[in-house]
Amino acid sequence: MQFSFSAEQEEFRSVIRRFLEAKSPTADVRKLMEGEVGYDPAVWKSLSNDLGLTALHIPEEYGGAGFGVTELAIATEEMGRALLCAPFFASSVMAATAIVHAASDEQKAALLPDIASGETIATLAVAEPNGGWDAGSIKMSATTAGDVYRLHGTKSYVLDGMTAGLIVLAARLANGHLGLFSVADTSDGVKRTPLKSMDPTRRLARIDFDNTPAMLLGSADGGEAAYAKTFNTMVACLACEMAGGAERLREDSLEYVNMRVQFGRNIASFQVTKHKAADMLLDVEMAKSAAYAAAAALDDGDADASAVVSLAKASVSETYIQTAIHAVQMHGGIGFTYDNDTQMWFKRAKASEVFLGDANWHRERMLQNWSA
Amino acid sequence: MTDMTEQQVREEVRAFLKANWDPNLSLVAWRNILVDSGWGAPHYPKEWLGKGLPAAMSLVVDEEIREFGAVGAAKMGIRTLAGATILAHGSDLHKQTYLRGILTGQETWCQLFSEPGSGSDLAGAATRADFKDGKWIINGQKVWTTSAHHADFGLLLARTDWDAVKHKGLTYFIIDMRQPGIDVNQLKQMNGHASFNQVFITDAVIEEDMRVSELGEGWKVATTTLMHERRGADGARRYDAKIERPEQLYQEYNEEIDHQLAPYIWYPQRTGRVDLLIEHAKAEGRYEEPAIRQEIAKVLSMAKAAEWTARRAHAAQNLGKPPGPEGSIGKLAASHVARAANRVHTMIAGANAMLTGSDSWMDGTIAEILVSTPAISIAGGTDEIQRNIISERVLKMPKEMRTDTDRPFREVPRNQVG
Repeated sequence: MQFSFSAEQEEFRSVIRRFLEAKSPTADVRKLMEGEVGYDPAVWKSLSNDLGLTALHIPEEYGGAGFGVTELAIATEEMGRALLCAPFFASSVMAATAIVHAASDEQKAALLPDIASGETIATLAVAEPNGGWDAGSIKMSATTAGDVYRLHGTKSYVLDGMTAGLIVLAARLANGHLGLFSVADTSDGVKRTPLKSMDPTRRLARIDFDNTPAMLLGSADGGEAAYAKTFNTMVACLACEMAGGAERLREDSLEYVNMRVQFGRNIASFQVTKHKAADMLLDVEMAKSAAYAAAAALDDGDADASAVVSLAKASVSETYIQTAIHAVQMHGGIGFTYDNDTQMWFKRAKASEVFLGDANWHRERMLQNWSA
Repeated sequence: MTDMTEQQVREEVRAFLKANWDPNLSLVAWRNILVDSGWGAPHYPKEWLGKGLPAAMSLVVDEEIREFGAVGAAKMGIRTLAGATILAHGSDLHKQTYLRGILTGQETWCQLFSEPGSGSDLAGAATRADFKDGKWIINGQKVWTTSAHHADFGLLLARTDWDAVKHKGLTYFIIDMRQPGIDVNQLKQMNGHASFNQVFITDAVIEEDMRVSELGEGWKVATTTLMHERRGADGARRYDAKIERPEQLYQEYNEEIDHQLAPYIWYPQRTGRVDLLIEHAKAEGRYEEPAIRQEIAKVLSMAKAAEWTARRAHAAQNLGKPPGPEGSIGKLAASHVARAANRVHTMIAGANAMLTGSDSWMDGTIAEILVSTPAISIAGGTDEIQRNIISERVLKMPKEMRTDTDRPFREVPRNQVG
């Protein structure tokens, strides 16, 4: 496993960071949080066309750049740091990855180039009203009449479910296997309802399917394997996104205590503040190590990658919310106000605790896949 | 030479071992051959018994030596800190006199820094060194001195100027431990072991050419020693393992390990033994309990994240960055891991956690964990000191307001000892 980034990867990171500092300052994030659509199409276009981020990990033969999970995770780490409002996680990290792992060559050729160019915004719908992202929780059924599959049931907690033009989803086939399907948002029997997201930078929707025609991606018995790979990639990317957010909170808190004066002293000069700041650095650095290890384990094809990925999700999510709690505390009363930016990351941290499975569930998954 | 790839290093070491390894030599004879070749300490400079390779490459060399079934240079104890400090600050005479004995294992070292009156506040050392008739006369008391009872030499921090401010009155020496003015007593710990010593120094003598630092500049040199000590405490340190083969060399090597390792025999237990958690839970029939599984997974995660953080720090170091405060993060992480592992071992043990020795599981190993982990958050710099270092040096937060650094040391309030 590699424990440092290459010069090219560091450069890639700084390009994204500069881009997001210019295109996603917190003032803009606040506007988008309160807006209807939830993202800025101009920034999305620039992110896709100028930076090529939507093409990042899609294979070159399908209009992508062919990079690995590590590069994708660098992008999500920076997006988590900037709290970018954009359908990147849903479209590139979730849907595109599912298509790459599940679809036939012909289907990939039909679906991936438009996702790679950013023309199509896609999402992956897995969880149902029971809120589970593991294959076992998927109950929605797909029936066949000849070549056409039809979907019946409800998907919930669908990321960017209102804006996605292409819905990839997981449903149970008649043979008991998991199937991954693609559905156009214009298909019959698709009813989309926005959910009130506590974190307004990450929009969720419920989607009801009533006898909706769908295309099965790949074979009728390959869904489990494809979803397992997809799930690991999205969890590793979420871990890196959370690590990026946690680091931003840590840095902002440090800047604040260095500026704030009470009792005639800078509050950063109090040992109790310094020790908390030291603990936050330790927590965030350990979280980054776990998140990077998850991405590297997937790129290396490690046998225990699922364990490492779940380890990262569980521990980074706990660090993220704990760092957010410390950040509010270090800001004092102002930290609890809506006008202070801390609350924005706090809510992302809170939502990320349970998105794609909570820490307890991931720790159990980690032990079941533990080989060390 | 510094541009050698890992593959080239591995091949050269193997070729050297193939041509030279002979288990029928004595341990010292073999190590002299090894040290002469430069493969005993490849990270030392070429002119001083090494090959000038990066520190990480010496781990690669060790691995090759181990896989070959051969024996490497002596590494255990304070000797590696002595070697690093002498290389960084010692005179040519010091290097000439001591480096070979450090690597061959013929001479053992100890570190005489802490005192009963100055623990975390190491720079408050009050052992005195007075210059009389061309020699240094040493008087005072040191404590927590591992291996002092069989050490040949000590790294000594002593006060040479009482009118200078605290950090400017210390000087760094090499002291010969085999002299009449040195009296060593063992200290018994809460876990029953006696790894450390008190050292009483009465009119001990040091020749002027065994002074390592300039007068009053001892603190700077001590910082080098401490930095290496902290880097060793981040979980990356390995202890030599015995090799059970008949030849004489292996017998001598195994005896050396027993001898050197005696003070450290409980050290694995102070880390909390994360490696035993699953085995312990299975042995107690509790590995399927969801609450236990959650707690085990939390500790394993923390330990892995700490290991990966240490590896990131080492990777940065291999890219040529000087030893930095990243070592301090690792030490604090190790404390957290040990405390958490202790808690979970207790939870797994249940009532058995009330027993010790042969009445407890694994012939007392678990019981020893339970009463040994408090050491790790104190030894080599307490957690509180680590947090000060992290906040002040890494995060650049304001330094503590001090009342001890702006006046002659003789006017600074200090503990009354003895």
